[in-house]
Amino acid sequence: MGEFFGQITLYFQFPFVRYAFIVGVLISLCSSLLGVTLVLKRFSFIGDGLSHVAFGAMAVAAVTGLTNQMLIVLPVTVASAIILLKNGTRAKIKGDAAVAMISVSALAAGYLVMNLFPTSSNVSADVCTSLFGSISILTLTKMQVWLSAALSVAAVAVFVLFYNKIFAVTFDGNFASATGVNSGVYNLIIAVITAVVIVLAMNLVGSLLISALIIFPALSAMRVFGNFRAVTICSAILSVSCSALGILASILWGTPVGPTIVVADMAVFVAFYLAGSFKRVKIR
Amino acid sequence: MALISCKDLAVGYDNAAVAENITFELNEGDYLVVIGENGSGKSTLIKTLCGLIKPVSGNVSYDDGLKKTCVGYLPQASEDQKDFPASVWEVVVSGCLSSCGLRPFYNKKEKALARENIEKMGLKGMEKRRFGELSGGQKQRVLLARALCATQKLLVLDEPVSGLDPKVTAETYEIVKRLNDEGVTVIMISHDLTSAVGYSDHVLVMDGTIRFCTTKEYLETFNLKEKYNG
Ligand SMILES: Nc1ncnc2c1ncn2[C@@H]1O[C@H](COP(=O)(O)OP(=O)(O)OP(=O)(O)O)[C@@H](O)[C@H]1O
Ligand SMILES: [Mg+2]
Repeated sequence: MGEFFGQITLYFQFPFVRYAFIVGVLISLCSSLLGVTLVLKRFSFIGDGLSHVAFGAMAVAAVTGLTNQMLIVLPVTVASAIILLKNGTRAKIKGDAAVAMISVSALAAGYLVMNLFPTSSNVSADVCTSLFGSISILTLTKMQVWLSAALSVAAVAVFVLFYNKIFAVTFDGNFASATGVNSGVYNLIIAVITAVVIVLAMNLVGSLLISALIIFPALSAMRVFGNFRAVTICSAILSVSCSALGILASILWGTPVGPTIVVADMAVFVAFYLAGSFKRVKIR
Repeated sequence: MALISCKDLAVGYDNAAVAENITFELNEGDYLVVIGENGSGKSTLIKTLCGLIKPVSGNVSYDDGLKKTCVGYLPQASEDQKDFPASVWEVVVSGCLSSCGLRPFYNKKEKALARENIEKMGLKGMEKRRFGELSGGQKQRVLLARALCATQKLLVLDEPVSGLDPKVTAETYEIVKRLNDEGVTVIMISHDLTSAVGYSDHVLVMDGTIRFCTTKEYLETFNLKEKYNG
């Protein structure tokens, strides 16, 4: 045990480890808050689609050689989020088909661009990093850390300030509109936060695994709790602890960060699933 | 001036009218029942009145006193919210949002209003229950309490008694009637002709052609038809 803590303290003397830890915790906080709404609105697959769009945008941004790739990735993802969530509310073509279409196109285009204009000698390693986020979180620059931290704090603040409205719009959009709440504006806010969170989460777990950060904590919490506030708080706590544990474990054992966090989330989900079944049996 | 008036209103989706030539006026304190077959456009009309969808043509005008923020809407029951983690309290108090404006949290007055309406609907002690696990009748009462938090003026109810047993149905009608007696204007869709119409003072019949009349006139023509048929 002592050895364990010793090793952790040792690693935490490196600034990039501390950065990774702080950013990871903040990102998982945002993604879990948002996840509750996305899961309840049945928009989880939109999160998945957006993460692929972010991957495509990242590939293009890498080719342009910009130092701060977020300047391209963020606007593109935000725009796609707005289009997709708008579509989701009154889907003419099947909404899920549209999302699937956009997401595979972005994935294919991204991979193509990375191969046509390779920025390093090892393209497959680059692709693997963007998809599974294996090491990218440890290579964040100070600037990126600040940007991520600022964006996550902003996302959390918006969520807290609009908490009651987000609940009303998620629970019953028609009623909310009838009483004069502008559902459109709040759906827009949800879309923008979704995009921001996904772009941030790409640094942590890579674009293929983002959905796990969004979905697992919310689903786990919903197994056990029956009101919106408890579910939101519980999913935030679960997500933050899983990410913290995942990051520590990956440092200690040298495993890739993203998959380690996702496995932790999954284990918690299984535990909560069983706890939920037990609770239900007891009620009956 | 009338509280709500519709003139040559056509309602529908994507510019295709579902029902046309709707003309009527409602005054404060009126109780209107909307009847008609499935798919005749009742819910569509109500959504238009609540401002959820735009009229295809014609217009709806409201009395100045009745801003859009004063409509209490009880949507047609849907299965969507079965798994939703929301407590009775959270659902009811969300009716107060309209008075919040940009303020992020509910104030004391709004919470008191929510508590009062929970009591009014006989839901006291159930605040912490999960909305999805309530019975149909309890759910309707929760939604009614929420609608009451949103308005003291106009209640718009889309089939509030569908799926309820006769006893709870009667109770719901009584509650709505009591609110109406307190001065709340009511618009209600119902398939349950005999009893629903009995409480109302105006009827809007939507069966291809649209007919608006007082309940008395409606009952007279209805009886006349019965006589001819019989
Ligand atoms: N979102 C929608 N988009 C397009 N058409 C719709 C939509 N909702 C309903 N309709 C169509 O509009 C017509 C009227 O529907 P509406 O829901 O108003 O009927 P209703 O009178 O309320 O019926 P019910 O008694 O079954 O509730 C129907 O033909 C229906 O198919
Ligand atoms: Mg209907």
